[in-house]
Amino acid sequence: MNKRRPYVRPMDGWWRRNPFFIEYMVHEGTALFVAAYAGILLNGLLHLSRGEAAWNVWLDGLKNPWYIGFHLLALVAISYHTYTWFKIMPRTMPPVIVGGKRLADGAITGGGLAVAAAASLVLLAAVWGMAR
Amino acid sequence: MKRTLKRSNAPIFWALFGAGGMLSALLGPMLVLITGIAVPLGLLLPADTMSYANMLAFSQNLIGKGFIFAVIALFLWHAAHRIFHSLHDVGIHAGTGAKLICYGGAMLGTLIAAYALLAIGF
Repeated sequence: MNKRRPYVRPMDGWWRRNPFFIEYMVHEGTALFVAAYAGILLNGLLHLSRGEAAWNVWLDGLKNPWYIGFHLLALVAISYHTYTWFKIMPRTMPPVIVGGKRLADGAITGGGLAVAAAASLVLLAAVWGMAR
Repeated sequence: MKRTLKRSNAPIFWALFGAGGMLSALLGPMLVLITGIAVPLGLLLPADTMSYANMLAFSQNLIGKGFIFAVIALFLWHAAHRIFHSLHDVGIHAGTGAKLICYGGAMLGTLIAAYALLAIGF
């Protein structure tokens, strides 16, 4: 047996003891949904490259209740990612000086969320326009 | 002192993380709503929105191709970077192996997407 047994402070569940870190872990965790969604799209793209029959298999697969459930969860998770992405933006981008004053955090977050909302509506309109 | 400082590759991964984070923040929720909920359930959009003919035409268009590639590749790089840097937080040592799996996975997905988009043609 090894004679040296240095004390290692247990760190299990460290983030569950502080609401700040719970929020941190949740917003980092949204990456799992981003990755899974990208994987689903990549799978769809591969099916698309193999022709109509393969594409329809993938498209029909999306109707599976498990996929619908996953996409509902992903919608919540990625929407939360949108919110936190712009919420921490005042700290992740260089300070913006307007009229000699630093742009307020709320203006950056609010502006970002407004741009995201506008971009989403433009995307929906574009898809609608192309599908018609 | 060393004359030539070794340059870090971190800014590349960080830039990809940032670009993917921004793209997924702007369009992610709406994309999920369209491809994962509205189209499979036949809500909101025309029934043939993601029909083979429509999607083939979209993926053969240069702008459509670029959009599909950007969404898949940047989403993967964003997630890979974030997952890699969260490994330590959940008690997994984030060494070279973990880096290879995370960034290697994103690279593999990027190459597969590029291959499929080229296979579809123009």
